[in-house]
Amino acid sequence: MNKTVNQKAWFFVLPVLLLVAFNAIVPLMTVVNYSVQETFGDNVFFWAGLRWFEEILRSPRFHDALGRQLFFTGTILAIEIPLGVIIALAMPRKGPWVSVCLVLMAMPLLIPWNVVGAMWNIFGLPELGLLGKTLNTIGFDYNYTRQPGDAWFTLILMDVWHWTSLVVLLAYAGLVSIPDAYYQAARIDGASSWAIFRYIQLPKMKRVLTIAVLLRFMDSFNIYTEPSVLTGGGPGNSTTLLSIDLVKIALGQFDLGPAAAMSLIYFLVILLFSWIFYTVMTRGDEQQ
Amino acid sequence: MARITLKNLKHAYMKNPVRDDDWALKELNLDWDDGGAYALLGPSGCGKTTLLNLISGLLTPSHGSILFDNENVTSLPTERRKIAQVFQFPVVYDTMTVYDNLAFPLRNRGVDKATVDRRVREVAEMNDLTATLGNRASGLTADGKQKISLGRGLVRTDVNAILFDEPLTVIDPHLKFQLRSKLKELHTRVPNTMIYVTHDQTEAITFADKVVVMNAGEVVQVGTPKELFEEPHHTFVGHFIGSPGMNVLTCELKDGHAYIAGNRIATANTARSATGRSEIGVRPEFVRFAGQGLQARVVKVSDAGRFSVVEADSAGGRVRLLVEEGGAIPSETAHLEFDAAATRIYTDGWLAGRERRS
Repeated sequence: MNKTVNQKAWFFVLPVLLLVAFNAIVPLMTVVNYSVQETFGDNVFFWAGLRWFEEILRSPRFHDALGRQLFFTGTILAIEIPLGVIIALAMPRKGPWVSVCLVLMAMPLLIPWNVVGAMWNIFGLPELGLLGKTLNTIGFDYNYTRQPGDAWFTLILMDVWHWTSLVVLLAYAGLVSIPDAYYQAARIDGASSWAIFRYIQLPKMKRVLTIAVLLRFMDSFNIYTEPSVLTGGGPGNSTTLLSIDLVKIALGQFDLGPAAAMSLIYFLVILLFSWIFYTVMTRGDEQQ
Repeated sequence: MARITLKNLKHAYMKNPVRDDDWALKELNLDWDDGGAYALLGPSGCGKTTLLNLISGLLTPSHGSILFDNENVTSLPTERRKIAQVFQFPVVYDTMTVYDNLAFPLRNRGVDKATVDRRVREVAEMNDLTATLGNRASGLTADGKQKISLGRGLVRTDVNAILFDEPLTVIDPHLKFQLRSKLKELHTRVPNTMIYVTHDQTEAITFADKVVVMNAGEVVQVGTPKELFEEPHHTFVGHFIGSPGMNVLTCELKDGHAYIAGNRIATANTARSATGRSEIGVRPEFVRFAGQGLQARVVKVSDAGRFSVVEADSAGGRVRLLVEEGGAIPSETAHLEFDAAATRIYTDGWLAGRERRS
């Protein structure tokens, strides 16, 4: 079928383009500008070329932060996606409990991020937090402010608590959109519950799960507020994720050049991973 | 393969049905012969899908029982009733190939590989799916998908009946005819009982040996297409089947005979009682212009190919009649004559002499 080509339609995009230009492209370009220059204050800049990029890419500090970031994102995705799907499968499809479940699920999503950080900060305190105190009372030596393992445990638990709901809601939306006829046909075909999940529910949820994975990937890769409030990157550097490190370089040390270069690398890493995820998850669709 | 018996079957979606209208399906008794091709015909909301879901076990009836070969299956779940169903919207397993789709019901039942392969190829052959066996099912057109749905029923050897729930709804008009002929052809090749739900009289009449006409939750008539056309048991059947439908004219009864505005109308049956609403029903095919008889005024003529459909107002109401191409159509006032053998008296909608037992 021939589609009508009308290039004039681009004019309709113009207002949005201007808006995006002012709130995204222009700031991004100033970052690009900083990333290739050196400054000693007073708005005096010297050309630095790609020096900052080379420095960042070679720096063990960046490698460590990137490694921690990948571990964090990988872990929360590995927990939140399957857990979200399991919870969505267990939720009722009809009746008064639907709204109750939906509201309960939406609750963590409505809490401001810094409040989530503060909540878990107090919740986990070994002397007075409900979680910290309980764990210590029943015999675990738990102290997230001193032991890196405990800090990681708390950080991941917090993120799972905060964001699994999002996956649940998306997966649930995917599930309820499956027409009853599919389930009826599966029963008639004698399919087991596993087969129903594998051949009906999972394929029908694929699109929303792609969105869930992408959203959770990007969000967790960018995460700053909650870990910053919870552990501030500590103990030591053990939970210093990319964004926390970046803020330390940019606003702690005022190394604008390296910080700008790091921002751009950070941005490209997210873009690259998102593209890979998207391509892999939608690969099968093109054959249709 | 089985004979299906419905005994005192009733169903309501609400918990405590009180009024007659609360029942989605009013009490019915029916026998479906083994290997027959049946159609359930009726307008939307008449209860035909409810009846189909009761037979397939997707619903449990509020009252009554369902027997397959005299074995009571009322409380058996769908998967144990050995039925297959083709739904209104094609259901295929998107991620599987056509082959795997067809093999799915057999694999779920632990059938050995060689048998699966043989059955799948046989059924693919019957359904013209052989060429696409290796393709992803999601890439097929709607009619291809419906053939897969049907194929999943045909591969099984244990199927008592194949149920079709308006299977041509999403099929393109030019393919409807093809698929319908395919179904009819398949019915001659496989011994299964087939039950076909539709609101389209053409589909019902071309597919089925026997048509079950339903309206407002009850079965109004069961018969061959010919019987439904020639002797409708209810004005609804007369009106619903045939195009244009049967004329229904209000009349008065005197000594069991019908009169409209003083004209005695000769009818095939007589009415026993004069209580209730009296009407006469006559199909447009059996009405003629004549020198005498019921007076009417021609108000509209529409061309329908070989015939013209003439509409005329009489004392009993609007009458439609067919006039062959080139036949004389009087302008304004005319007289109508009804073929007595095809004209019947209906009391409260039911054919006089066959009133509802209530």
